[in-house]
Order: sequence, then C-alpha cells, then structure tokens
Amino acid sequence: MNAAAALEIEGLRKSFGNNLVLEGVDLSVGEHEVVCLIGASGSGKSTLLRCVNLLEPIDAGRIVVAGQEITRRGVDVNLVRRRIGIVFQAFNLFPHMSVLENVTLAPRLALHRDRREAEEEARELLGRFGLSDKVDAYPDHLSGGQQQRVAIVRALAMQPRLMLLDEVTSALDPELVGEVLDVIGELAAGGMTMVIATHEMGFARDIATRVCFLDGGVILEQGPPEQMFGSPRQSRTQQFLQRIVSAHRL
Amino acid sequence: MASEGDRRAGLEVDEPRRSRILGGLGSVEGPGGAAIATLSTIVFFVVVGVAITHAPGWHEVRKTFFDWGEFKSSFPEVARAFLLNCKIFSIAECFILAFALLLAVLRSLPGPVFFPLRALAIVYADFFRGVPTILVIAILGFGAPALQVSGVPTSTTLWGIVALVLVYSAYVSEVYRAGIDSVHPSQEAAARSLGLTRGQTLRKVILPQAVRRVIPPLLNDFIGLQKDTALVGTLGAIEAFNQASIDTNATFNYTAYLAAAVLFVAITIPLARFTDWLIARDRRRLQALGAFA
Amino acid sequence: MGSRAPRRLHLLALAAAATAAATALAGCGGGTASHSPTTASTAGGSCAKSHLKLVKPGQLTVGTDNPAYPPWYAGGTKSSFWKINDPSTGKGFESATAYAVAKKLGFSRSQVHWTYVPFNRAFAPGKKPFDFDINQVSYTPARAKVVTFSTSYYDVNQAVVVLKGTPIASVHTIAGLRRFKLGAQIGTTSYDFIKSTIKPTAQPAVYPQNAGAVEALKNKQINGLVVDLPTAFYVTGAQVPNSEVLGQFTSGGGAGYFGMVFAKGNPLAACVDKALAKLRANGTLKQLQQKWLAKATGAPVLK
Repeated sequence: MNAAAALEIEGLRKSFGNNLVLEGVDLSVGEHEVVCLIGASGSGKSTLLRCVNLLEPIDAGRIVVAGQEITRRGVDVNLVRRRIGIVFQAFNLFPHMSVLENVTLAPRLALHRDRREAEEEARELLGRFGLSDKVDAYPDHLSGGQQQRVAIVRALAMQPRLMLLDEVTSALDPELVGEVLDVIGELAAGGMTMVIATHEMGFARDIATRVCFLDGGVILEQGPPEQMFGSPRQSRTQQFLQRIVSAHRL
Repeated sequence: MASEGDRRAGLEVDEPRRSRILGGLGSVEGPGGAAIATLSTIVFFVVVGVAITHAPGWHEVRKTFFDWGEFKSSFPEVARAFLLNCKIFSIAECFILAFALLLAVLRSLPGPVFFPLRALAIVYADFFRGVPTILVIAILGFGAPALQVSGVPTSTTLWGIVALVLVYSAYVSEVYRAGIDSVHPSQEAAARSLGLTRGQTLRKVILPQAVRRVIPPLLNDFIGLQKDTALVGTLGAIEAFNQASIDTNATFNYTAYLAAAVLFVAITIPLARFTDWLIARDRRRLQALGAFA
Repeated sequence: MGSRAPRRLHLLALAAAATAAATALAGCGGGTASHSPTTASTAGGSCAKSHLKLVKPGQLTVGTDNPAYPPWYAGGTKSSFWKINDPSTGKGFESATAYAVAKKLGFSRSQVHWTYVPFNRAFAPGKKPFDFDINQVSYTPARAKVVTFSTSYYDVNQAVVVLKGTPIASVHTIAGLRRFKLGAQIGTTSYDFIKSTIKPTAQPAVYPQNAGAVEALKNKQINGLVVDLPTAFYVTGAQVPNSEVLGQFTSGGGAGYFGMVFAKGNPLAACVDKALAKLRANGTLKQLQQKWLAKATGAPVLK
C-alpha cells in the first residue's frame, strides 16, 4: 500500500451507451502532487474527473482515495464527496444566493458548522483570494473570473484533501484567465493535491509536477512537464502538441 | 430597430419603451411608425364601436347585458357571493402549491426503488388533468356525502375545495416539473459535489430556482383556478356566478353576469401586476449563469 | 377546464362578442302567415290562424326543457332526444294544456311541433325559436318587462319537501323552518320566496339543475327543498324515497302562477289568452288539472 498516494485509479473503464470513453485508465497521484490532464476535446478528461468524484458510475476498475476504496458497494457517497473538491467549467455558483451564502451552504448543512463559524471562515478564505468586497454580492454581479474564484473558494471551504479542476478557465474571456490561474497557483504552492484538466499549456508547464496526455481512452503518456512539452515520446502526443503550438496556445 | 435614416437624422428613438409596448405586434420603424400604429388602432376601435351601436339589435342588447340599473341592484349581492369564491380559491391555492410540489418531487425521484411513487405521480397527473373539473366536483360534492358514512363531511364548500385541489395539483405539478427540469444539471452536480445529500440539494439549490422560474405559469393556473371556483355552484353553494344566475333568472336580464365578470377581472389585474413585480425583483436569480465577462 | 387566462385586449373580445350578438339580432324577419283555411273555432279578427305571425308558418312551435318532468309531461318517451317524457304524447298537464290551446287557435295535433328550449334560452334577447314556451315559468313583474306572459294556466303554490323522520319533518310553521338549511332550484321563484318570506338563518343553497337539488336532499346536505307543489309530489313520488311534502305556502311569495312565455309584444299572446279564457270557462282547464295534478293537493298549509 502506497501510504503517500492521495488518489489511485486502476483500470478505470467508462462508456456512455455504445461510446467507450475510458478504456482502462491507470493513474496514481501522491500527496501534494499537481497533475495536469491534457488531451483533445472528448478524450475523457472531464469524464475521468467526474468518475473520481462519483458523479458518474464506473463500468470497471477501482478508485482509491487516501487508502479508502470509494468504488466499493455500500460507500457513503456524500461523505466521500465532502473530502474531494471539484470545480467545473461553468454554472458553478448558485444564482439565488449571495457569495457568502454560496460558500457557507455546504459547511453548514454537510459539516454542521454553525452559521457564525462558517461565515467567519468563509470571509477569511474569500479575503485571502481578494474577494472581500464581493462577499454579499450575487453571482450575476460578478465577472466570470470572479465567479470561478468564488467557486474554488466554495470547494475549499469544505477542507478537501483533493481538488479536481475541470477546465475551469476554458469558458472565460482571456483577460480573466490570469486571476483564476493565480489562485490555482497559490493552492499548489500551499501544498493542495490537485488534478487539473486544462487547455492552458503554459500554465500546465509552470505548475504541474506531472502532465498526463489522455488519448484513446487511456493515459498514453505521462511525465514531468519539461519532458512532456520538450520531448514527448509518443507520436500522437507530438501531433497533439504540434496542433497546440500552431494554434498559438503554447 | 430604428432605421439608418432615423439615426442619421439624430432622432432619439426610445428603444426599451417601444419594444415593450409594441414589441409583440410586429416590427415598427421609428416614431412615425408608432404614430401610424396608434392612429390605426383608434380608427379600428371607432369603426367597430360605431358598427355595434348602430346595429338594429343594439338597443335590446344594451338593455339586456349592460343595464346600469340592474348592475347597481345586483352588484352588492354578487359581490357578497364573490367572497365565497375568494375564500375557496385562497384556501385551495395554498394546498395546491404544496401538494403539487410534493407530486413533482415524487415524480423526480430516481432509481428503481422509487418506481411505484413515480408511477403513482404520473397516473395521478394524467388522470386529474384528463377528467373534466366539473365531474370531479360533482362526484365528490354529491358522491362523498351520499355514502352516508358517519364522519364524512357534507359541506359543499369543503368538497369543492378538495375537488379543485385534486385537479389543479395535477396541472401545477407539471409546471413545477418543467421548472425543475429547466434548472441546469450542473447546479445539481455542483451541490452534490460539495457533499450535500439529494434532499438538501433539492431543498436548498434546485427548488428555490425552479419555483422562481415558473412564476408566470403558476400565476396562469391560479387565475384559471379563480374562474373554476364558479363550478362549485353546481353543488348549490352561492358563489358569484350562481348568484348572478339567480338574479338573471329572476329578472330575465343578464347584466348580473357582467357584475360577476367585473369582479373576476378586478382581482386578476392587480395579481398580474404583482407577479410582474415579483419576477422583475427576482430576475437576477432566475438564471444560473455561465461564465461571462 | 373552465375558462383560463384572461385576454389582454378585453375591449376587443367584448367588442367581438357584442358584434356577433348584434349581427345575430339584426335582420328580424317576420314569419309569413300561412294560407291554410281557418277553422270554425278560431276567434275572429287578428287571431285568425292565417293571420298569426309564427316562427315557422303553418305550424305552432312550442318550447319546453329537457328532461320533461312529470306531472307536467307524461307518457314516457320513445325518442332518443327527449328524456323521461316526450312532450308530443299529449300527456301530462303542460303537454295537454298546450295541445288544448293549440286546438283553440286552429292547429291540429300534427301541426304542433315541440322544440327544446333550455330555461335560459326562453328569455335570451333576440329572435325566439318558439311561438311560446311552456316550462313552469312563474310570472313576476320584473320578468314581464323582458318577455310577455300569458294569463295563468296554473295557479301554483310553493311547497317544501323533507326526508321523513328528520327534525324538520316535525315543523308546522314558517317560523319553524328558519333554523334549517333549505335549497331551491335556479330559475324558480322558490329562492326568492325562501329569502323574503322564510328568512332562514343559514344561507340557502341554489342548484342549477333539478338533479343536484334532489341529490342534496337525499344526502342531507339540505334539510328541505322548496319547489312548486306539483313538482314536490313528483319529487316525493319518484325521485327521493322516504321523503314527504311537509306543506305548502298559500300567501306572500308562496303563491303565484305559471304563464306561457312569448317574445315581448308578440300579438300571439293575446290570442292564447283568449283561448285560455275559453278553456277556463268551459271547464277544460279544471279537468286537465284534476286529471294530471290530482295528487298535487292535500298538503297542509304552512303559515
């Protein structure tokens, strides 16, 4: 048993109807690692993250989080999800609640914190990421970048041991991407274990401890960023990165 | 939209006002278009008005349907009877909003273990939307007391309310269902991802959004309910329509119906304006937002 | 579903409806008189059969409601349309009276044609689909402003029907009725009578149809049903088992008369009045009453 493994995925298979999306993914993520998933659209990055979070049932394989096999029968799904934070590409925040209410909802209901405690902690977190003045604002008054930052803070409020970020900047206007990437960088610097699906190759190169290229439903190649971006071994990896470069994304 | 010519000429075209008033009536170009539309509307109604009042039978129609003396004498009684309609729809609506929500939630429970509840909700909605309201009222209002089981109430008002609740809950549950379906699935995913249970997610995240999104059709069904309280008159209760019928049959003059109509319209208008205000106030919270600049 | 969302343009809807009504009202054509030979029994002058303005020339169109209840109509029905009784059997008090009047006006039996007129249609504005309507319609001065009534073909008293053995069944006075829940049918003068003379403490119930009133009495949703006396006997005889006629009312609003209903100002009414006068004078009317309404006597008078 690898005591340092925050996340272990073995032989994960997942299909939607006749469409086999993940065909046997193996991945091991250690504590404090930052793993970036890259790959073409439809390669299964989002699906993989949603499986880890038990949002999607898997067809075969197992997932182990901090030594506990979460894909076994009889696991309390809600309990598992409280220790794993996930942020999606869009539609994260609850529009009928203020930022503060968004962040304190789950701690109060799921962790049974009392209102004052939850609000104090929320304010502190929001302040740390430069959102103090937005505490009572509603999501429709926030820019896209602010909304995603709040979404990250909301996930952090549950004190997860693992954060999953699913292309959180892909829907943002370019000038707003930076502020979100800064937040993620801070989290990484603080030692948060993260699995990040992203198109932002420059960011991945800077922040990742390991980059995994997802292709054909498996992790075709993985390695430290310098190796992946500098001298990828698989031809398909090279082709993919080539396309990225010619699209000026790298 | 304003034409190029208007803009170049520097004419101030007040767009929001124009689009709200005339938006539903086709495209209107510029302030000249607004004047033509107004003029033609006036001309239309004047022509129709003149045609009606010069028809050979107009005098008799006016006397039969729009007799001021009759209106004055029947209005107090009809208004008093109208209080019964108000009582019925006020009580009924409270139960409808709650019961229909329950039905909609039952309908949305996932998984094979909840199949009987889902099926029950579906059958219920199909049946009570299919059967004419007046039949339900007659069967419950006359049939239930006819069983002569001690303890079963015989009050027609009570059975009228029960019948209306059963029927309208079916319609309103479908409205709620549409509202629930219209909430972006990511909202549920986000809430569940935070570790909230299905019940907490429904209560705190989905339903507050779903209900706000369907306020216009909820109002629509409430207004329909107000009219359908008149059906309770078949059970003998003297509500506004029944009272108007009594007056009409006593005098062979229909103006009493107009008095009842006036009352029904009078409550509809403020209700519609209140709902508009409610929607405008909540507009920001109605749309789950994707990222935007 | 009952009526649903209101339209935005109320005026337009109202105008359209009124236009339609006005168009329907416009163009009143009078029926042309038939040229069939007059019979000896018609009165002279404008009541000659050939001079009558009729809805359909050559026939007398008489209206009544469906179902046609006893004792006003009898003889059963072979028609798929008329329920309980077919008016054209000539049996039952109103049917027999109508045929007697028609004969006096010079119409043979085959020249009398019955048409279905729901109660409300009898006084709706515009052209009437009948020459006269005979349907237990009570004369009131207010109604006489809108339609023309014939003279009485039956002087009618109101009565109250109760279930045997119930508390109300031991009441002997009008005052005694006050504490009970009473019911009446729309279109009759019974409701007015309840409100103005009996003055009960509980709000009475008013039913659009006879069926509802009867059901309510059976279900004990009302304690007493106020109807005209002959109908009361039909109710106790055929509709509500274990019921009885508690009593009748002979004064105040409790006494009235049934008249045939004509379009306002229809000269035919005067001719029918002449015919009724003759039938009264020669005892026919009394005969018919005794034949068809004999059971409808002998109820105690409540004061």
